[in-house]
Amino acid sequence: MQRVLFGDNQFFGINHMSDEKARAQAMRFQSLRAILDVLEAAYDEGIKAFMCTTHERVAGVCDYFRDHADRFPDYVFYPCMPYAHKYANAVTEHGMLEALRRFLPEEGALGALVRGGVSVARKDVEGIAKLLIDAEMKMFAGLRTPVIFLQNIVTDLLLGLGFKDAFGIFADHVRARYGAEPGFITMNLPLLLDTLEALGIDNPIVCANINKIGFRMSGGIAKYEELLAARRFRAIAMSVFASGAISPREAVDYVCGLEGVQAIVFGASSIANIRQTNRLINERWGAAAGGAA
Amino acid sequence: MGISHHAIVNAHPDVRLAAVCDSTQYVLDVLNKYTGVKCYGDYRRMIDAEELDCVVVSTPSRTHGEIVGYALEHDLHVFCEKPFVLDPQEGERLVRLARERNRVTQVGYHYRFVGAFREAKRLLAAGALGSIHHVRAEAYGPVALRPKGSTWRTARSEGGGCLYDYASHAIDLVNYLVAPPIAVGGTVLNKIFSRDVEDEVYATLHFAGGASGQLAVNWSDESYRRMTTKVSVWGSNGRISADRQECQTYLRERVAALPDVDAGWTVRYTTDLTPPVWFYLRGEEYSAQIDYFIDGVKRGRAENVNSFESALATDQVVQLLLRDAEAPRTGSSELHVARPPRGRGGFLGSLKRKFAG
Repeated sequence: MQRVLFGDNQFFGINHMSDEKARAQAMRFQSLRAILDVLEAAYDEGIKAFMCTTHERVAGVCDYFRDHADRFPDYVFYPCMPYAHKYANAVTEHGMLEALRRFLPEEGALGALVRGGVSVARKDVEGIAKLLIDAEMKMFAGLRTPVIFLQNIVTDLLLGLGFKDAFGIFADHVRARYGAEPGFITMNLPLLLDTLEALGIDNPIVCANINKIGFRMSGGIAKYEELLAARRFRAIAMSVFASGAISPREAVDYVCGLEGVQAIVFGASSIANIRQTNRLINERWGAAAGGAA
Repeated sequence: MGISHHAIVNAHPDVRLAAVCDSTQYVLDVLNKYTGVKCYGDYRRMIDAEELDCVVVSTPSRTHGEIVGYALEHDLHVFCEKPFVLDPQEGERLVRLARERNRVTQVGYHYRFVGAFREAKRLLAAGALGSIHHVRAEAYGPVALRPKGSTWRTARSEGGGCLYDYASHAIDLVNYLVAPPIAVGGTVLNKIFSRDVEDEVYATLHFAGGASGQLAVNWSDESYRRMTTKVSVWGSNGRISADRQECQTYLRERVAALPDVDAGWTVRYTTDLTPPVWFYLRGEEYSAQIDYFIDGVKRGRAENVNSFESALATDQVVQLLLRDAEAPRTGSSELHVARPPRGRGGFLGSLKRKFAG
């Protein structure tokens, strides 16, 4: 696993501190070229992994990296699925069943459609989930995706419902079909770790908010620190800067100083910020941080 | 049923989720098969059969009244999704019933649990702005973007539409931060894409004491990624603007009751205004409101920031808006564009300003 991952919130109008800032970013990254420029700059700084939602606009990024494999021979994608707004909006508009039907693959293999129909009728969540995962993964065909993540909105919904089998279904399918490691994004690290352990998912890759002010660390910052030190899992820290509430050096010092954090994902819009953050991390973790852990 | 309510309640350490009820058998079958939760297709049977302390009602708005009534008659504490009820008279009956039975009641106006709006409330309650003279409440988002749409949200008879779904939140925030308006005027309920319900709501609000307000709500605005709600309040001593992310304050002069707020600009962000929750799904406010309700049930706390009574005040404003939108337009100034003279055809016809009354 890469130790420094590039995130994508800034590209899609997501900022946890200011709606105005989020909107300005959405305007700036309206063009694919603007997104690619930032990714290329990050690549040239040694950040060779893009952790991205399966937002429809990521398909354009995938096309570009597929077409320029010679320039980015070692680039990897860490897809995070699903892009939840797409589903949430569809459920609001069409109701749950109709929304589900719309997201099952339509084109191509007739078999998939039939399989989907049968799965729906039998309430076979495993069959439906596999089809939805495959639909989300389509844009990454031919690209390297060593880790595939379940987005926090889904992870945490399943955790709350106690729908535990779903984690196993997801893990098994991404391993079998994509040769990838399953990853789980969560806002509820303590609850997730207990659940995965009970399911026998050993040494899981888990991405959670880890920051000095405890922002969106449900269960409390002390509990997170305790788990990082004591439990066997591969932690990726996100929201390290808490959307800008913590200064870069202070934020990086805190997270890099924690026992158990194996990687950091961060997003930035300017080359200067990418460089600064990457160098701060390298200072703490050593220059090889951009490489594999 | 409210799948996210289900998840949040189920994750609460002090709650045992006894059963869920939904009219979609398919969803129940899947839930039962994979989580083992007990499922009912009829809420009466669930309430009759199970030993419950409280219920969460998250159903199409039209059904709130009868379900809440049944639950109260069976001495349950009730959390009901917003809007409370479509008929304020029914709302009054339910408020009375809950009081008689001494039940804890709450409605899901979750913005009252958002850090930035709570901060605005704190400042306003301390008199930060002096005499308030204007409030603007806005909500925009991408719900109805096409002529189709087949859920209860797009059916007027079910309590769908932008007014009940979106504008009620903005109105409730006005009630929370300032006061319920005593009159409304110039209400516009327009369709943009929907066939059966309005997609935008605009109105002028009038408050006791002479302050005014404006409501601007549009759920067909795709330029917003998700629902975005903002309230701005102007007073003799400055302005406060709050949305889900931040609370911006401008004070002309310091206020003795607020030693932590300087004159000029103060901006506070959600990252420092939001208390942590035990379980996070979609936003702290959703968990915080459920925790507050459960805490109320445990302590038998009577007062509630989102009580039925408070939500009824919001329903009553909705009723005023509905009535005003249907009333004939009178008493306003109108510009009449006369037919252009034959042969000339230009747009500079004669304009006549007509004052009605």
